[in-house]
Amino acid sequence: MAIAPVVNRRDFLKTGAAGGVALVIGFYLPGKFEALTAAPPAEPAALNAWVRIAPDDSVTILIDKSEMGQGITTALAMLLAEELEFDWKKVKTEFAPAAPQYFNPLFGLQGTGGSCSIRGSWGPLTKAGAAAREMLIAVAAKKWYVEASTCHAENGAVVHAATKKRLGYGALVEEAAKLPVPANPVPKDPKDYKYIGKPTKRLDNPEKVNGKAGFGIDVRLPKIQHAVVARCPVIGGKVKSFNDSKAKTVRGVKQVLQISSGVAVVADNTWSAMQGRDALQIQWDEGSNAALSSDSIRKLYLERAEQPGAIARKDGDADAALAGAAKKIEAVYEVPFLAHATMEPMNCAADVRADGCDIYAPTQFQTFVQMTGAKICGLKPEQVHVHTTFLGGGFGRRAEQDFIAEAVEISKATGAPVQVTWTREDDIQHDFYRPAVYSKLAAVLDADGWPVAYKSRIVSPSIMSRFFPGSVKNGLDDSSVEGQANSKYSIPNFLVEYVLTETGVPVGFWRSVGNSQNGFITECFVEELAKAGGKDSFEFRRKLLADAPRHRGVLELAATKAGWGQPLPAGRTRGIAVVESFGSFVAEVAEVSFNKSSGEVKVHRVVCAVDCGRYVNPETIAAQMEGGIVYGLSAALKGQITIDKGRVQQSNFHDYELLRLNEMPKVEVHIVPSNDPPGGIGEPGTPPIAPAVCNAIFAATGKPIRHLPIRAEDLA
Amino acid sequence: MAISFTLNGKAQSVDVSPDMPLLWVLRDTLNMTGTKFGCGMALCGACTVHINGEATRSCITAISSVAGKKVTTIEGLSADGSHPVQQAWMEEDVPQCGYCQSGQIMSAVALLSKKPSPTDSDIDDAMSGNICRCGTYQRIRKAIHRAASMQGGKAKSAA
Repeated sequence: MAIAPVVNRRDFLKTGAAGGVALVIGFYLPGKFEALTAAPPAEPAALNAWVRIAPDDSVTILIDKSEMGQGITTALAMLLAEELEFDWKKVKTEFAPAAPQYFNPLFGLQGTGGSCSIRGSWGPLTKAGAAAREMLIAVAAKKWYVEASTCHAENGAVVHAATKKRLGYGALVEEAAKLPVPANPVPKDPKDYKYIGKPTKRLDNPEKVNGKAGFGIDVRLPKIQHAVVARCPVIGGKVKSFNDSKAKTVRGVKQVLQISSGVAVVADNTWSAMQGRDALQIQWDEGSNAALSSDSIRKLYLERAEQPGAIARKDGDADAALAGAAKKIEAVYEVPFLAHATMEPMNCAADVRADGCDIYAPTQFQTFVQMTGAKICGLKPEQVHVHTTFLGGGFGRRAEQDFIAEAVEISKATGAPVQVTWTREDDIQHDFYRPAVYSKLAAVLDADGWPVAYKSRIVSPSIMSRFFPGSVKNGLDDSSVEGQANSKYSIPNFLVEYVLTETGVPVGFWRSVGNSQNGFITECFVEELAKAGGKDSFEFRRKLLADAPRHRGVLELAATKAGWGQPLPAGRTRGIAVVESFGSFVAEVAEVSFNKSSGEVKVHRVVCAVDCGRYVNPETIAAQMEGGIVYGLSAALKGQITIDKGRVQQSNFHDYELLRLNEMPKVEVHIVPSNDPPGGIGEPGTPPIAPAVCNAIFAATGKPIRHLPIRAEDLA
Repeated sequence: MAISFTLNGKAQSVDVSPDMPLLWVLRDTLNMTGTKFGCGMALCGACTVHINGEATRSCITAISSVAGKKVTTIEGLSADGSHPVQQAWMEEDVPQCGYCQSGQIMSAVALLSKKPSPTDSDIDDAMSGNICRCGTYQRIRKAIHRAASMQGGKAKSAA
């Protein structure tokens, strides 16, 4: 089985420009993946890497993406069902092992992120499904002494229409698996689609309503022990010394040991491990971040904002236009660090042995897990077997390897299988945060109120400098400027600069990445320009997006469905925003009311229009838009991580609040029918909601909101 | 010292520290992992079970306080997913990641046992203790209304 080619950055960017794949995590790890040579031996009754058929004709689909709620399990099964014509009611799914045939061709490794699972899988699964169908038909046709063209596949069987002969896949698969795989199978004509494009209920619903769905935290192996780790509360701090005498007396505690990230307490149950940890006495070497604070970080940003940055985009000469302008609109926008706060806290189970290692984890990046296990254990990557579970939320956090490494280290040291569980406090305080960002903007309007120059200087840490350093050239991290640099507003002089500023706070991919802060900044600043020129928010954008038909398409659809321009119930105000991210286009109109004295903001209704090109499951699209909106709304109204004395101040849901059911707006999702290539859907719903809500409030108060979360004083 | 209680209709006896929360007795002592850990402070609702029919956050419920009582977990709602609330949840395609849903369903069942035809305000009150990070809230609300009408507005006992 050929190894999927490793994608190098140049090829990836070419694909990106041509294929409409917006910034995806561009991994290029030269040389390391040639080591992953041995694909696991093909199972009997496996027609390809993804399909296994049992004698009773039932089909098991191997899902090579991580299911974190985005519905990919169902969508991938639908892609295969369309070509392979099996009985949907009998389909089973399993998560695929870590192996080269499961690499996402857009990444050159096995992982789920960047909202590109469908984009990476649609082509390969269509081809694999069609090929498998042709192989099964070939076997049946041969048995019946008829031409393959006179047979067709239907509901898990091959049928010869003229004689009504029928053979279930189960009777055919063993022989079919011996045939050479057709190089150019003929996929179904989209006009004949039975599954793709139709709203389909999730396959994993039954196990998610009966308690049987297995998340990482639910893994139970024979003789498994449970561990909890004490980590330095100061970012980057280390263990100086510790006293475990009290911890060892706690009922259930078996062992205490130091690992790279802190001190691990191993017990026969999670609770005892937590109690044991509480009884540890640890002296910390707090390290260089002991004086770090949100104030010191802000001060640093203010200084850096006075320096020119790497140029992310330069059209015309915005500096000259600004220098010569009689009147400028200037603004500074700031957003805080944000935690991921997946409902399932970080966890991992590992079983390290001399001959190999099994890792059970709710991971987004199986290939990295293999590398982590191999590195720590001195094994070859293919000796590290990755068992992916359901993820209780991902949002980019579970691409990281920190919680994986902890479990592997402990199992290696104890010689026994162990599950490391993070408490909610651990999870909030030892995150890789969405960066805090400071953006200084200026614009000039012409005499008719249309912008002729636009400049933005973005100050923030760089995620890619840690995660994929090869992609940061000349101080420019694309993930820090996406959502500003790729703006499609027709403004002739357009300058975006980026001042890469490390703060010491660990940063990582958070749902929609740079678009989360930059979508807010762009759409709120553009709103200021509209208002400065006396223009309607919708009409202003529509005119400036004259050359961006897909942006305009969702903008117009959202505005129409929201009744833009029509009177609102008393006390309500409306705001609009449109953001392109991950190959898709989303516009949202928020209907909001607020109370100056209580500081309460109530979002009553969100009308969302999405253009994601061709799609598989519209039920998933609606759900992901709803979910992305809630994720962004929590951040807009409540979310902030603050630092004091080098420590994250928040710890649980009382001080890192999330949106609750009674605060949920009525969300209406409208999908633009399209034949364009597919865009992503996991992340694009998030960027527009914060600016839509802020623009609504701005419309009522006359004051723009230039930071998040929204504060009571913004409402006066 | 053994602590005895009824779990999903069956007698259970566990020999653990009396202050061990019911959540961890369920998950680690009894390997009943349907009830989830989310916060450990009764802020998120992922750990919701029924104790003598009342929705309770098991993460802060010491096992000693459960002695002699009837505990129902998500696993005990039905043998086959046929509880009306489970059915409604599937029909409305509620779950995304699914991690919070055991707790959501247990809270919803408890609500319907007290208010067979809940208003939206009743739903707000009963369900706002259960966080869903995936944002399935409007589907949860719809599913509760659907389950209510499936039950014909009559309360269905959880145990």
